[in-house]
Amino acid sequence: MIVNEQIAIEHGLKKDEYKKICDLLKRVPNITELGIFSAMWNEHCSYKSSRFHLKNLPTKGKDVIQGPGENAGVIDIGDDDAIVFKIESHNHPSFIEPYQGAATGVGGIMRDVFTMGARPIANLNSIHFGSPQHKKTKNLLRGVVHGIGGYGNCMGVPTIAGQTSFDESYNGNILVNAMTLGLVKKNKIFYSKAAGLGKPVIYVGSKTGRDGIHGASMASAVFDEKIEEKKPTVQVGDPFTEKLLLEACLELMAGDSIIAIQDMGAAGLTSSSIEMASKGNLGIEINLNKVPCRETKMTPYEIMLSESQERMLIVLENGKEEMAKKIFDKWNLDFAVIGKTTKSKKIELYFDEKKVTDIPVNILVENSPMYERKWKKAKLPKKIKIEREEFKNLKVINVLNKILSNPNVCSKEWIWQQYDHTVMGDTIQKPGGDAGVVRVHGTNKAVAASVDSSAVYCWAHPLSGGKQIVCESWRNLIVVGAKPIAITNCLNFGSPENEENMGEFVECVQGLGEASLYLNFPVVSGNVSFYNQTKDTGIKPTPVIGGVGLIKNYKNMVTMDLKETGNILLVIGKTEGHLDQSLFSREILNEKNGPPPEINLFNEKNNGETILKLIDKKYIKSAHDVSLGGIITALSVMCIKGMKGATLKKHTHLINQFEYLFGEDQGRYIIEIKKNDLKSITEILEKNSIHCDELGSVGDNELIIDNKSKVSIEDLIKTHTKWLTNYMNK
Amino acid sequence: MNSSVITFPGSNCDRDMNVALKKFGFKNKMIWHNDTELPKSDLVVLPGGFSYGDYLRCGSMASKSKIMQSVINFAKGGGKVMGICNGFQILVESGLLPGVLLRNKYLEFICKNIFVKVNDKENLYFKNIKKNTLEFHIAHNEGNYFCSKEQIKEIDNNNQVALYYSDANGTVNENTNPNGSIKNIAGIFNNKKNVLGMMPHPERMIDPDLSGEDGSIFFENLINNLK
Repeated sequence: MIVNEQIAIEHGLKKDEYKKICDLLKRVPNITELGIFSAMWNEHCSYKSSRFHLKNLPTKGKDVIQGPGENAGVIDIGDDDAIVFKIESHNHPSFIEPYQGAATGVGGIMRDVFTMGARPIANLNSIHFGSPQHKKTKNLLRGVVHGIGGYGNCMGVPTIAGQTSFDESYNGNILVNAMTLGLVKKNKIFYSKAAGLGKPVIYVGSKTGRDGIHGASMASAVFDEKIEEKKPTVQVGDPFTEKLLLEACLELMAGDSIIAIQDMGAAGLTSSSIEMASKGNLGIEINLNKVPCRETKMTPYEIMLSESQERMLIVLENGKEEMAKKIFDKWNLDFAVIGKTTKSKKIELYFDEKKVTDIPVNILVENSPMYERKWKKAKLPKKIKIEREEFKNLKVINVLNKILSNPNVCSKEWIWQQYDHTVMGDTIQKPGGDAGVVRVHGTNKAVAASVDSSAVYCWAHPLSGGKQIVCESWRNLIVVGAKPIAITNCLNFGSPENEENMGEFVECVQGLGEASLYLNFPVVSGNVSFYNQTKDTGIKPTPVIGGVGLIKNYKNMVTMDLKETGNILLVIGKTEGHLDQSLFSREILNEKNGPPPEINLFNEKNNGETILKLIDKKYIKSAHDVSLGGIITALSVMCIKGMKGATLKKHTHLINQFEYLFGEDQGRYIIEIKKNDLKSITEILEKNSIHCDELGSVGDNELIIDNKSKVSIEDLIKTHTKWLTNYMNK
Repeated sequence: MNSSVITFPGSNCDRDMNVALKKFGFKNKMIWHNDTELPKSDLVVLPGGFSYGDYLRCGSMASKSKIMQSVINFAKGGGKVMGICNGFQILVESGLLPGVLLRNKYLEFICKNIFVKVNDKENLYFKNIKKNTLEFHIAHNEGNYFCSKEQIKEIDNNNQVALYYSDANGTVNENTNPNGSIKNIAGIFNNKKNVLGMMPHPERMIDPDLSGEDGSIFFENLINNLK
């Protein structure tokens, strides 16, 4: 087939990009080469629309061992231990084929982590679906949950936390973001930079099939009504093979024979070989006839673009091939020497003794397109004047019931009970808390992790929204007693070619950059997913933050369940009663406009660090951050988890009761303390200039808001747990 | 006491079991499925996981692996063999225990704490346990125990049921059945009661900081009974 502009366009390349390829090569590429360019230059692999803005994110810190640019980020957690972690999207494939899409998303992110030598110790996920009433939602949710469980459970890695949301903006584009944390010794971290000439290039893992061809290109395009036809671009996962691959790789990594290793993820053999060559500033020569294939008569084009799962590429020290092969034979995995490193600085592919590809590596990588796309700045919406008259007909308990059973607040037990969250025997905080926590096996340390997003805030004002999620992630770690260390981000947006969507991206990134810089909470890895869009409609901007923190002594971990009747409840941080964009405004008043709550970074940092001090002194018996649904929602969940009641003091604020109870002001926590400690705690708070209100006290089996408004904990539990189970079993 | 834990390709609770056995005083060895001989053992454990990816039928391929012939001979000679979760599935597939394990009634994986009622204390595994119910943990997709009418009769006649799913007070009924198992069966013995298969994971209940501690009671008791 002779390549021309039309064929290039069918590969997702733009006219000028195709011209650039011809100019750089000084000739027309053949079809295999064109496939390679299209795979390397699509949005998913090249970050061509986002690179310009991502470079401004803070990525350094004293605990950062490896920032963005490798398979995953790495942080120091003391002694000789390090945590490798990253979040990644698998949105497009999960909409087309929810089980396989979600499963291979989980498989892919785990591979990114163990490629670096780390054993995965925890999985998390952030999943977003359309309106519950939309006809596809239920099946998509079921498929995604089964897929995540099917893969993670089989791997024997606990899924310790997650987030699920519903919003009509995801009707045509669901989001599936998967995160993995792995544990590694600091001196045993593996990188993808090839080095040395004439070193054998090894292919290990599953055989290559025709599945997933053009997967990365599909994930770089807008959906239309013909989306079902794209099913063949979705990869098929085999967690059993990945489990074998994990064990075999870790066994090989125990020695010193690996120079570089890279998993074959998006764009398969193409991107893995080119990345290794590019980072090592050398060339790679591959004989494609040696690649283990599952199907017959696969062409060089198909072999290079296949996204078959559970495969790795390794550059090995000379003479170690036999030893390495024995390990992979033991685990029944394919092992083939398929090429070698060269000084040519080119990617050279041979098939049937003919050279089928000859491209200088720098053309593919350094000369890949980068766009400074046009974007529109978002204005801060005007505050809505809510008439207090509207509150008169509302009953607090009725409102609370509506909020607790709201799909975005209700218990997600139906989901996380399908994930093995206890395997590996170190999960000390299960899903359903503020953060999942796993012990560092055999030590007193524990690692906390949380995934967060606030698409509504980001949609109302991207800059504030971007800051808010980083702060929320920080709070979720603080509140279990962990010192926040670093974050990974998964930036899910609509089309970058649309100025508003691009503006949302730019300003969310700016916001999250500001917050992470201020809180010393750097970004060490991440992923961008654009084109979450069907025809002209994009999703609400949904940056997802995965935060990781360290608990030095896991015995000091805090949970949110109320502990003891008579204990005092305090709200740390000031309550102003911000209702715009709150769940109360949107769901009860049906008011969707107005600005999101303001973020005060000074208060966030100060409040958070002080909470950690109080935890250190063992003053805090239980704690929960105040977020969606305000104080009363947070308190209700604490009651539910602890099967304890609470009695509120009459609030002396000037604000209305609904503003007080349901307002979503940021930087706040509810803490439970002993009466006797109140004085010492108040002193510490005053010394640090922290605002604190006495909310009430822990009771027995009723939540008592005032004389007229009370509810039994039993009823609260029913209200909180029934929605999702009923919905899924209907 | 010497124990052996068999690792099959796809086993993923082998490490957890190793940790638990060592914590309670066993000298444990990890044995690879391709080995042919068992070391001298007072207890052999088939751990949980997804041996061979649960392909074909859970446990069926593992039941044909090389080491299983030695395990079967060991059990037939009266050796103590315990299978947990996927290990239980391997035991029924290898014919050491009667019945089969079907997919859970609601076709979903379940991971949660449950209670089991100890049915029989005249055996080495549960002799001397004071509690009548234990809080254990389940994590499985195929734990729905099933067998023929004749088999269940025989199981009952020989008092081969080890554990029933129950509530904290030992009540056994439909509401306390998490997966649809016939008669709420969570674990059974062979007729000599040297082979035990159960879906719950006692090895995940050995620490107050984790899901609970009733697994500790089980393992402490087990090593004392074996001495």
